[in-house]
Amino acid sequence: MRTFWGYKRDDGRVGIRNHILILPASVCASDTTRIIANQVEGAITFNNQLGCSQVGDDFVYTLDTISGFAANPNVYGVVIVALGCENAQMHLVKEAIMKRTNKPIKNLIIQEEGGTLKTVEKGVRFAKEMSAVASMLRREEFPLSEIILGTECGGSDPTSGLASNPLVGALSDILVKEGATSVLSETTEFIGAEHILAKRAKNKEVHDRIYEIIYRYEEHIRVNTGEDVRDGNPSPGNKDGGLTTLEEKSLGCIYKGGNSPVNNVYDYSKQLKTNEGLVIMDTPGNDASSVSGMVAGGCQVVVFTTGRGTPTGHPVAPVIKITGNRETYKMMEDNLDFDASPIVYGKESVNQMAENLLDDLIDYCNGKLTKAESLGYIETAIQRAANFV
Amino acid sequence: MINALHVNEKDNVIVVIEDIKKGDAVEYDFEGKMYKFVSLEDIKLYHKMAIEDIKKGEHIVKYGEHIGVAGRDIKIGEHVHTHNVDDSREKLEV
Repeated sequence: MRTFWGYKRDDGRVGIRNHILILPASVCASDTTRIIANQVEGAITFNNQLGCSQVGDDFVYTLDTISGFAANPNVYGVVIVALGCENAQMHLVKEAIMKRTNKPIKNLIIQEEGGTLKTVEKGVRFAKEMSAVASMLRREEFPLSEIILGTECGGSDPTSGLASNPLVGALSDILVKEGATSVLSETTEFIGAEHILAKRAKNKEVHDRIYEIIYRYEEHIRVNTGEDVRDGNPSPGNKDGGLTTLEEKSLGCIYKGGNSPVNNVYDYSKQLKTNEGLVIMDTPGNDASSVSGMVAGGCQVVVFTTGRGTPTGHPVAPVIKITGNRETYKMMEDNLDFDASPIVYGKESVNQMAENLLDDLIDYCNGKLTKAESLGYIETAIQRAANFV
Repeated sequence: MINALHVNEKDNVIVVIEDIKKGDAVEYDFEGKMYKFVSLEDIKLYHKMAIEDIKKGEHIVKYGEHIGVAGRDIKIGEHVHTHNVDDSREKLEV
């Protein structure tokens, strides 16, 4: 049995990082959280561009995502900062987090504290107290079955479908066999491959849900923009790399799910379960918002394949970047963690490289920094359902 | 020298894994057997080349699945990409 070293949380889950999250409830609190996080070792934050002027599903996606980040087991404790008048009211954010976890939470409302400086002073004190306690935690050994793996592809090219995605699929199958959960994402990139996924559904309910999320996505874009998903996907870079149609991209994309049965379909940013095998989350093809949905769901680590090369990371979870493109690995080695191009050139088999990637994954779980982490990448996006009101 | 990949036996296109110039031999191994075609044009690294004549309206097949339809007749050795392939949304219910 393979193991990794992680942090046991009071809610029973296991983290691989030990962050203090300074959580902006809305865009109006995002600069304040940045100022606080800059003062405290071990604190992270991100720029939340949403959290206000939102209704319906559009607001639900935001609330689920920010509360999911807070509940992610990579986070020891949370300092929530709200402006005070936003839709994401402090009690709503707090309740949403407490539905998912019992970890330490502190909260500050800028309008009640008396502005930025007073909020920052208190926020820094809260965060440094949490950081002192968090720093005393020691890693313990856990089976790989505690991992929830997120899988993502971005800036795809034909090597994604030939090498890096089949490689991630093989890794996903290994983790599923070990009893872990692995998440296949990016609903737009199931279009043209839905029959293959549906055949692997555990039961009729999951089968029907796969079709439902795909048709719903196509319809959503058509109704809201009058355009077809294909008008923006594949992207210009995908096409320049050699991908011709969305169907070609999708057929390459779904290799990330390996050959395991699909056991469940989750809506965006909903809390995932451990030990569930392969599941799907309904996320956009947009990398940053798809990664955010899975991390909010509880993925401690994300494997991310790219053909064109991308610096993407995430504040809460390490994002391991893999390319099957020989030239891209040479060009962007500073941003890429794993070279899968030997698969394209017949020098290594997918299964052999999957064992190497598993060794690396365990290193990253044990604390090794990914390229994106060492460069401080924290870009974050959240899926939208409507314009601001 | 192997400079292309053939993914699935149903496929009518291959992926070149080196930059190809017009007139180059394009070679690949599929299930232990070597195949060789001549490229009719320059083909960029990781782009597709036809290994069958494909009539206008016929499916382009990669990974053993439909990825689009030929927008015009495509000859063996031609570059297969957005200039000669159209999207087609099929009902794929199982």
